[in-house]
Amino acid sequence: MSHKVIVPIGPYHPLQEEPEFFQLYVEGEKVVDIDIIIGYNHRGIEKLAESKHYDQIAFLVERICGICSSSHPYAYVLAVEDLFGGEANIVPERALYIRTIIDELQRIHSHLLWLGLAGHFIGYNTVWMWAWKYREPVLDMFEMVTGNRNNYAMFRIGGVRRDLKDEDIPALKKMLDELLPSIKMFYGAINDDPVIRARLKEVGTLTKEQAIDWCVVGPTARASGVNIDIRRDEPYGAFLLNTIDWNVVLEKDGDIFAKTMVRILEMEDSINIINQALNKIPKGEIDANVKDIPIGEGIGRVEAPRGECIHYIKSDGTNRPVRHKIRAPSFMNVASDKVAAVGGTISDATLTLAAVDPCYCCTERVAVINKADDKKIMNGWDLVKLSREKTDKIKEGWPNGRPE
Amino acid sequence: MNMRDRIKEGLGNKILEWDERSARRIYFSVDAKEVYKSVEFLFKGLGLRFSTASGIDLPEGFEIIYHFSFDKAGEIYSLRVLIKDKLRPEIASVSPLFRGAEWMEREMWEMLGINFKGHPNLKRLLLADDWPEGEYPLRRKNVS
Amino acid sequence: MSIKTEALTKSIWVFHVSAGSCNNCDIEILDLFTPRFDVERFGIQLIGSVRHADAILVTGAMNRKSVPRMKTIYEQAPKPCVVVAVGQCALSRHMFKDSYNVCEPLDKILPVDLYIPGCPPRPEAMIDGIVKLVAKIRKGK
Repeated sequence: MSHKVIVPIGPYHPLQEEPEFFQLYVEGEKVVDIDIIIGYNHRGIEKLAESKHYDQIAFLVERICGICSSSHPYAYVLAVEDLFGGEANIVPERALYIRTIIDELQRIHSHLLWLGLAGHFIGYNTVWMWAWKYREPVLDMFEMVTGNRNNYAMFRIGGVRRDLKDEDIPALKKMLDELLPSIKMFYGAINDDPVIRARLKEVGTLTKEQAIDWCVVGPTARASGVNIDIRRDEPYGAFLLNTIDWNVVLEKDGDIFAKTMVRILEMEDSINIINQALNKIPKGEIDANVKDIPIGEGIGRVEAPRGECIHYIKSDGTNRPVRHKIRAPSFMNVASDKVAAVGGTISDATLTLAAVDPCYCCTERVAVINKADDKKIMNGWDLVKLSREKTDKIKEGWPNGRPE
Repeated sequence: MNMRDRIKEGLGNKILEWDERSARRIYFSVDAKEVYKSVEFLFKGLGLRFSTASGIDLPEGFEIIYHFSFDKAGEIYSLRVLIKDKLRPEIASVSPLFRGAEWMEREMWEMLGINFKGHPNLKRLLLADDWPEGEYPLRRKNVS
Repeated sequence: MSIKTEALTKSIWVFHVSAGSCNNCDIEILDLFTPRFDVERFGIQLIGSVRHADAILVTGAMNRKSVPRMKTIYEQAPKPCVVVAVGQCALSRHMFKDSYNVCEPLDKILPVDLYIPGCPPRPEAMIDGIVKLVAKIRKGK
């Protein structure tokens, strides 16, 4: 008769930069249930937004999550622009292109960040170091264009706050040209390495039915065959103008391998999108100089690196919103860990939980349960070690580096 | 038949108000008692994706808007219900229909104090355990 | 200067705690350990257990749920242990100070030895801060 042991992961595991608490219930090596407790990053932003005026809120929501720092302000300004009938009605064309360039650069840096963490969790520290090394030039570009590596403060209702200088465009293109071979290298490395395939294939699977039941979004959904992408479904930014040729990346297996592939291919596609936007960006105004906000309700949504980020604004004509509802993508995605992690082993747990690319600060997940003290406790560090040990075991079993 | 007509036909006279704000934003309201059947029709019957739900404390009651996305056309259908009883606000939970609603309803419960009847796990999601009972951060205090 | 504090200025082992942050500061802290900045060549290491920590890096706006945990972690750290407030939120709670879920500023809860401002602070600013702190400890203050 096996008995259940509770294995908490987190909070404050050093490589999950955000505190988060998953309690895993295990029987032997297998995870049979999981409790997700959040609340460690909840800063009451929705309530704070009611006391700030519309210009200030763009700065406030930018700090909901550091990694997808342009998605929240973008979704927010789209929600307010919805009160005017939509972005297309008021935002000048040049600003639309700048918005998309920033948004796609963010997608690249966010996916590279995730790739590094995933590599670290399975014990490929080189992947971590390389992914984050290649991320640095992207942050340099952000600094060149916006003034900051993170927290770009680019979005304003009716346009963007800073223009893209013509002399910056060659530097951007050069960075993208140098980045593309590295991303292709990651694609090749992950696709061809049998040990990585063994770690990621058929692990942490979320079926299409489960993806729909849990209403997941973003790469988590697309890896399971759910064909949703806000950039195509409800175009915004440069996608509104039908001048960008791009693809929605769809996989069907729903395992971590599929999620990884979706993210890597999306990065390649983002480079393509930014190049096209840089070629086609017209001269012109970057701001519509919006003064008063009309009465009404507006909804704005963007495809953040983690999925659909949606904001709802209710305005009564004053300079502060009556209600601001924020739903970050990870709020839907992390909840689905309840089924994705269950059935797997403890050594796969860390990777499965990280595979939805939880942006904890967006959703606020975490919480610690003060439970049973006499159970064997493993912390997040131990779990990552277990995960790495599994990789080592696989490598030992294949002395030639691949299955016999 | 387009999605608007399918909704109007499926929900029939449950719909109290219908407001096409713009090409992709359609708001309509039903009575609070009809929320379960309406959401069931939208989610299971029409296959719309549940995006989010927002609650707000208004003078006339607690209003919840369930935002459903029709991805093929990029439209959002926002279902509005009003809970008039502000002393003991409650409404049927839609979590039994799809699990994506569970966290959303827990958040609305702890922020506004709305009881979702039939929710499998209505307990605190974001606030600390020692947050005072009966204090709902998104309720408005100065409106009688 | 005592042998303990002398040792503190050699290779510093840091432990990171987030008390309700947006994660930007946390990522920039992690960035310190990647090839471009590579603070490991100075002996600075990011460790998994606070019981080996010489310095605690605190980020975040003092969320109500996180603060008790943060205090427990500080108590578990072997003294002397420096506390570094990283980022505007740790300094003053930044734009969240009026929120219902945010407590007092960090330096009213723990004794802070180093403040690194920024939103988020650049990795170079963090390195600069640590260098200044080490110099201060060596001067015996």
